[in-house]
Amino acid sequence: MAPADSKANQEAHWAATSRLMWTHLAIWLFFGYIVHMFVNQLNAITIPVLQFPLGFYMAAQGSLIAFVVMLFIFARQQDKIDRDHGYAED
Amino acid sequence: MATAAQQAFYKQLGRMYGTYTGTFLAFIILLAILEWMGVPNRVIGYLFVFFTIAVYAIIGVMTRTAEVSEYYVAGRRVPAFYNGMATGADWMSAASFVGMAGTLFLLGYDGLAWVLGWTGGYVLVSVLIGPYLRKFGAYTVPDFVSFRFGGNFARFLAVIVLVACSFTYVTAQIFGTGIIASRFLGIQFEVAVFVGLVGILLCSMLGGMRAVTWTQIAQYIVLIIAYLIPIIWLSARKYGVPIPQLTYGTALAEIAAREQQLVKDGLAVLCTAASCPAGSLKPHITPFLTYTPMNYFGIILCMMVGTASLPHILMRYFTTPTVREARQSVAWSLFFIFLLYFSAPAYAAFSKLEVYTNIIGRPIAEIRPWMFTWGELGLISVCGKPAASLAAVADACKAIAGHPGVVRLQDFVINTDVIVLSTPEIAGLPYVISGLVAAGGLAAALSTADGLLLAIANALSHDIYYKMIQPMKQGNRNITIGIIIAVIVFCLFWFMTGTGPFGIQWRWWGIGAMAAIFAAAYPLMQNANETARRLIIARILLLMVAIAAAATASTRPGDILAMVGWAFSLAMAGNFPALVLGIWWKRTTTAGAIAGIVAGFGLCIFYLVTTRYFPQFGVDYAGMKSMINPVTGANVVDITKGVKPSAVQQVGWFNLSNINCGMLGAPLGFLVMIVVSLMTPAPSKEMQALVDEIRKPRGKTVMEEKTS
Repeated sequence: MAPADSKANQEAHWAATSRLMWTHLAIWLFFGYIVHMFVNQLNAITIPVLQFPLGFYMAAQGSLIAFVVMLFIFARQQDKIDRDHGYAED
Repeated sequence: MATAAQQAFYKQLGRMYGTYTGTFLAFIILLAILEWMGVPNRVIGYLFVFFTIAVYAIIGVMTRTAEVSEYYVAGRRVPAFYNGMATGADWMSAASFVGMAGTLFLLGYDGLAWVLGWTGGYVLVSVLIGPYLRKFGAYTVPDFVSFRFGGNFARFLAVIVLVACSFTYVTAQIFGTGIIASRFLGIQFEVAVFVGLVGILLCSMLGGMRAVTWTQIAQYIVLIIAYLIPIIWLSARKYGVPIPQLTYGTALAEIAAREQQLVKDGLAVLCTAASCPAGSLKPHITPFLTYTPMNYFGIILCMMVGTASLPHILMRYFTTPTVREARQSVAWSLFFIFLLYFSAPAYAAFSKLEVYTNIIGRPIAEIRPWMFTWGELGLISVCGKPAASLAAVADACKAIAGHPGVVRLQDFVINTDVIVLSTPEIAGLPYVISGLVAAGGLAAALSTADGLLLAIANALSHDIYYKMIQPMKQGNRNITIGIIIAVIVFCLFWFMTGTGPFGIQWRWWGIGAMAAIFAAAYPLMQNANETARRLIIARILLLMVAIAAAATASTRPGDILAMVGWAFSLAMAGNFPALVLGIWWKRTTTAGAIAGIVAGFGLCIFYLVTTRYFPQFGVDYAGMKSMINPVTGANVVDITKGVKPSAVQQVGWFNLSNINCGMLGAPLGFLVMIVVSLMTPAPSKEMQALVDEIRKPRGKTVMEEKTS
């Protein structure tokens, strides 16, 4: 059973939401920026068979795939937090 | 959970759009048969364009509405999946469809900053802003700003930010429809602009958000089919695998080998730290040859944060049935956008390989004929002259002293639009595919223009008229409206130059059109009730903004196109701090928000305008220095000799490109907002409780409309 709408519950819900926000922003920072700072080192590696240089691949496809997957996972995780605290829509 | 009625509605939607997609594919096959039977190319092009525009128009007319909430937020019942498609079409403009691959062709790795920047922003939309605005229940973004930050002054600032970033953007879209329509239908550019305008208005005039949503889905289907078919075909032909996104890795390796060969044969000059002249070879996968690392990451950041601040994107998430679906819908949006963006580098790679193997290093007599179609239009030049025919190329190259008789890299100049448009011909596909690509580009431009126009017109009709002017006393109201309209019309049209049809100046055409609209609308307004009047005003404003944008586009303003990138930085500086802090920090006060918006947006505008139009002022009074070439490290200009305004940025602070002015504006906005908020008394208990309400998906929207 989801807990009642108390101040404590509200704060717990927001704390969990904020935590999830920071987690996803950290992953976003990694795939949006940090990985591309090492493009020269990564370009030394070539993906077998497909022949992509890894640094180029990450900017052209790898990070994009990560963003899409992230968003679907985020939608589920946030929904679970809302449900656990009884704030989800029916 | 979805009710039975909703289930039935979703099923019906699936059937409708399934049938639509099937019909569209059948239509392509029908045209292919017509082509095979000998129908001329031009007729095929016409059929494509008119068929698709007619379909959008039919959807637009069928979904007309007389209800306020239908008009502004499509009745809040667009399912996540379909809203994702609509957002995809809303998002991907003519620049994404036609220009992106060309940018990647020219810039190689550095161009990927745009691919990253225009996708990753959706993470911020979903995590930080979108779902909360949905729960709030706004009709427009300024609605939220005004509610959270106490009234009409904040609302007015938000409208200014919105119009500043959306108007230039919509002008560029209408310009794009003009270019595509004139190229494929062979009509004059100025006329083509107004043909595009009619297409746009047919979709959005009668049904507002509701009509725009359902046509955008139809437009997405057309544009994604049109984008993927040529490249899949090319990949299957060349590598035997119809997945270009995987096979272009091989093309990249071939390009790298070819680049080395060209340099070795003396057909290209390699761009090195010692010298990197125009036209020199920048290896495709080598980073930071066009942008410095700071500007590369700056573009990524500004485009991402700008995405999360652009009103025409945020307002798409106001249309979902629930907050949960708003989040899912962001994920679907990015998925549908991703389908196009991860294919664009494949276009670039295949085209580059074709150019490097079949044009550069070839004896002039052996140049492949696809090039001449584009050379005739002046979009490809060889040896400094448009490559209209074999003879033209040979003559132009002969005129250059010591030319070796084979095309060198520095001889070859290509307009970025050609990459996507010419791929069907390079792949040897029938003309029907070229027609399809034109229809796709048109769909991309029309759908984005629709969304932007709606954002501007809604802000004017809902925020300015309904929320600010309507509550005034009758007498004051009429005077205010009169003055505002007169000033806007005058400003927009008086400065237009050139002469339109019948030898009458464009400025008189514009003012005349506005006057005619008013004369036609006045009797309607007198007899209408409150709701009807509200919607009539919304439509009149939509029409006026559309005509103003088309009029601006028809004058071919060079700068406006460059300003599209600026729109993201402006949105970032003006909207992002206020939206994020308004939701995530209860302590944000009205004074803090207003000071932050003014400071951040102001700094961004100042940097843009100074670096672009008044570089000398920047050098003399604002301590700006010359920009630095990213490869050689040399100064771009000698600032001691005086700097004239130019489209290429010459001066700035910290070598920061002016497209990245959001990097200055947004941090300042945050800082000012926080400091001023801490200096002023905390917001009221009621306001803090309402912010709590926005954070919980369950329950009614915070802002309830009374007149819907």
